[in-house]
Amino acid sequence: MVNLEDIRTAAASVPDPEIPVLTIEDLGVLRDVAWDDAGGVVVVITPTYSGCPAMAEISNDIKSTLGHIGVHDVRVETVLAPAWSTDWISDEGRTKLSTYGIAPPAPTRRDGPVPLTLVSVRCPQCNSSDTKLITAFGSTACKALRKCRSCEEVFDHVKPY
Amino acid sequence: MTVEDPRTTAVTGLGHYVLGLGDDALVLSERCAELITRSPTIEEDLAISNIALDLLGQARGLLAHAGELEGAGRSEDDLAYLRLDTQFRNCALAEVPNGDFAFVMLRIYLLSEYFILRYAALADSADSQLSAISAKALKEVSYHKLHARDWVIRLGRGTAESAKRAQAALADAEPYFDELFDDTWIHPDLITAGIAVSEAALRDQWQAALDKTLSEADLELPGASRPFSGARHGRHTEHLGNLLALTQSLHRAHPGASW
Repeated sequence: MVNLEDIRTAAASVPDPEIPVLTIEDLGVLRDVAWDDAGGVVVVITPTYSGCPAMAEISNDIKSTLGHIGVHDVRVETVLAPAWSTDWISDEGRTKLSTYGIAPPAPTRRDGPVPLTLVSVRCPQCNSSDTKLITAFGSTACKALRKCRSCEEVFDHVKPY
Repeated sequence: MTVEDPRTTAVTGLGHYVLGLGDDALVLSERCAELITRSPTIEEDLAISNIALDLLGQARGLLAHAGELEGAGRSEDDLAYLRLDTQFRNCALAEVPNGDFAFVMLRIYLLSEYFILRYAALADSADSQLSAISAKALKEVSYHKLHARDWVIRLGRGTAESAKRAQAALADAEPYFDELFDDTWIHPDLITAGIAVSEAALRDQWQAALDKTLSEADLELPGASRPFSGARHGRHTEHLGNLLALTQSLHRAHPGASW
């Protein structure tokens, strides 16, 4: 029989459908993996944003990944509290983002969202801090679009949230 | 057909209340979604569609919760697609047509300030699911506000034409302000029990935030409009029916359709 640690490792390896360089564990979306009373597995995930369209796909990916290691009795539960924060993106996740060309988020503030015009973000390509905001709403709910004034590269930025 | 009141037996009127919160998010989301591929720039297209998506996510959580509280087996889809306009509980400001870009942004701004106060208070609701949905939604609407507020100020202080339009948008929106702070649709026990929030109690803070923004934007509240009321009780403007006809047509023609 597969042990819980193996199941957890497998669930943690599921990539995020929108930023596939990150796993759902890197992103802080995977909250818990446990046995339920009936001997099945419960995987608990949390959405990044209320309207995150990837939740159904993540849920299916978890079930199929666990199916590959012979675990078929799987229930995926979604919890909302505590609300997801970019502070939950792991250090490894931040490094992966940067290498992939996406600027990782700075730590969040307690008193609400940071106006993105006031945020200093380094270019993931050339490391220059001379970058500007193009649009506060990017290709996915969690990203803004910026441009580097030094190397002229346009890049995504995971906004502190 | 009578207007049904989806109250629960366990907590009187909570389902009804949560439905109203969900309808605010759903109807504003629909109005924002109308702008997809029609915004003035691609950046704005992304911004407004992102806002629509966040609001839709909030609406799904709230309608699903309302359905659970009702306990009659209605899903979020049943509530969104199969109710009549008289059964919707949203405020009228969310449902009136988009008009020009000044009105689009002003409406998002006004309702974001309102949602922020409401969700901040509901994050401490005695109903744990409502509290969880609200804490999450609060982060999203705070971000929407930053964007819309920037635009209100930019339009107010932009060209003569943009200022004129922003001022006209304010006059168009003002009749719907009073209704936002009307508690008559909320069962008073819910407020006493710390489950719902008194909307009347939010008005001063909302007005203060609005005054500050309008002062930065060089805009003035006309203060002369005749207030509209009744949408929370199902007496909507004629615009909601048209909006729902579009939203619901596919589901009504092909019940249970999916893709």
